[in-house]
Amino acid sequence: MIHARTGRRNGGRRLAVFGLAMVTVLAVCAVFAPWLSPQDPLAIDPLARLTSPNAEHWFGTDHYGRDTFSRVVHGSRMAALIGIGVVAIALGGGIAFGVTSAVFPRLGLLLMRIVDVLMAFPALLLALALIVILGRGVENSILAIGVVYMTTTARIVYGVSLRLKAETWIDAALAMGAGTSRIVFLHILPNLMSPLFVQASFVFAFAQLQAASLDFLGLGVPPETPTWGNMLSESRVYITRAPWLLLFPGLMIALSAFSLNVVGDAVRDRLDPRLQTAFSARGRS
Amino acid sequence: MVRYLIRRIGMFLPTLLASSFLIFAFIRLIPGDPAAVMLGDQATPEAVAALRAEMGLEQSLLHQYIIWLTAALTGDLGKSIFFQVPVLDLIVDGLETSVLLALFSMVWIVILGLPIGMLAAARRGSLLDQGLSGLAMFLASVPTFWVGLYLILIFAATLGWLPSSGYPSIFEDGGITNLRYLLLPSLALAAPNAALIIRLTRASMLDVYREDYVRTARAKGLHPLAVVVRHVFRNALLTVVSAIGFTVAALISEAVVTETVFSLPGIGRMVVQSILRRDYPVIQGTILMIVLLYLTINLVVDILYAWLDPRVKLR
Repeated sequence: MIHARTGRRNGGRRLAVFGLAMVTVLAVCAVFAPWLSPQDPLAIDPLARLTSPNAEHWFGTDHYGRDTFSRVVHGSRMAALIGIGVVAIALGGGIAFGVTSAVFPRLGLLLMRIVDVLMAFPALLLALALIVILGRGVENSILAIGVVYMTTTARIVYGVSLRLKAETWIDAALAMGAGTSRIVFLHILPNLMSPLFVQASFVFAFAQLQAASLDFLGLGVPPETPTWGNMLSESRVYITRAPWLLLFPGLMIALSAFSLNVVGDAVRDRLDPRLQTAFSARGRS
Repeated sequence: MVRYLIRRIGMFLPTLLASSFLIFAFIRLIPGDPAAVMLGDQATPEAVAALRAEMGLEQSLLHQYIIWLTAALTGDLGKSIFFQVPVLDLIVDGLETSVLLALFSMVWIVILGLPIGMLAAARRGSLLDQGLSGLAMFLASVPTFWVGLYLILIFAATLGWLPSSGYPSIFEDGGITNLRYLLLPSLALAAPNAALIIRLTRASMLDVYREDYVRTARAKGLHPLAVVVRHVFRNALLTVVSAIGFTVAALISEAVVTETVFSLPGIGRMVVQSILRRDYPVIQGTILMIVLLYLTINLVVDILYAWLDPRVKLR
């Protein structure tokens, strides 16, 4: 609706289609990585160190002579894994916190204050603090980033649930003798689905950026694992000699975050334009 | 306004206190004796025992927190394991770089974000608008360190116009010209956030365009530029101001990465290096400082916003 008035409808839809196509491509890469990559992403070839893109190595090779194309394709696996894990934790925790807070107002006051305190930490800093306690690694990266976005999700769920609770049909259900669990599972949760779907796509996008930052800082996934962040971190020293090492992994991070953002935007506008205010453009920073 | 101030500050203090408790507690969540953790691997048993007594580890957690908080309030944030100097000194050293970096980035964000957003809104629906909006959306999804590495590759390594890393203080040799060390880092840090401000400026200007008073201004024959500047932009600016608190948060978060890319001696890089060195007193002190800074900026922005827009106070 809004887009029609601002003349962005067509442009918006084209973008959304592009985003969806990119997400599909990335998903296919993640699932079929071993078959799609022409070479072993871990195979070292000292004779082919830092070769520029050519017929054999489409994206060139890195300082160990490893094939960049294969590594980029395999990187999508870790990206997908981290995205799914972070979304699961952020949404699972966010729903639990948010709905509980809305249903039990006294407890909710306390829980929401805890969320407020966690939101007093800038996102990456909170993730780093959690990594300090947990140590680095794949699971810990997922957990740390998941907790960061659990806070925003909890707030959104809390807000929507409170609004739902005030609806007359919930009053009616209560009057008919429905219990708390019936209200939650039959009336609140199903109505949370569409805003949560939008939130999921944004969280997935932010997770990509945060995970890449952690990897780049050397505090994420172990360095031997081919992730886009790790690849960029390793390529730093060689940027003048081998600029292709910089291009492809970075482009993958940007494209994956971009397409998920676009898809999230489009779904949000389609489902309910009023939701726009509930989501900030970059989630939380 | 006074009531709003009281309420807003009433939110600030408990949040600060609670987050300081988390920062205090988190050292105790790391496996091992907190005193041994704080002193590092090289510490003698005597030193650990002395620190145990000082931290009050035999007493209740609340008691330990009060000891820690009292010390922190007087500026005693402990001593760095790695540098063997007070944590506060390290923070003060890094402050110049980090504050200047953030200020420079804000300048970039404003001089890039506002005009481009205004332009896109004024030419809404056009090819230019679609191009600029698309670009903004893409930039908002780009990792800052990637932008930073590209800026280094182009402007430092290839063209040789600007230095690629480090930052000597403006109080050292070179004086004010040392600020050129911050040009590329601040631009990298600003890019994704400027993209956000572009989108926000555009969206809020389009909202204001639909207001009745804009139509009135147009109908009475006011010059289109005057309508944009005097009516649309001024009112759209409110939304943008509210985004500044948000942007500052993003700057603090992403400065950690940017300072690392450009090897700047700021607080953000210190956090990362201290984590890699397991220098826990520094990690604790810097995080406390950043959270304090972050909450204070948000407080100031909220108050500023309430002052600009009287409607906020009523909520």
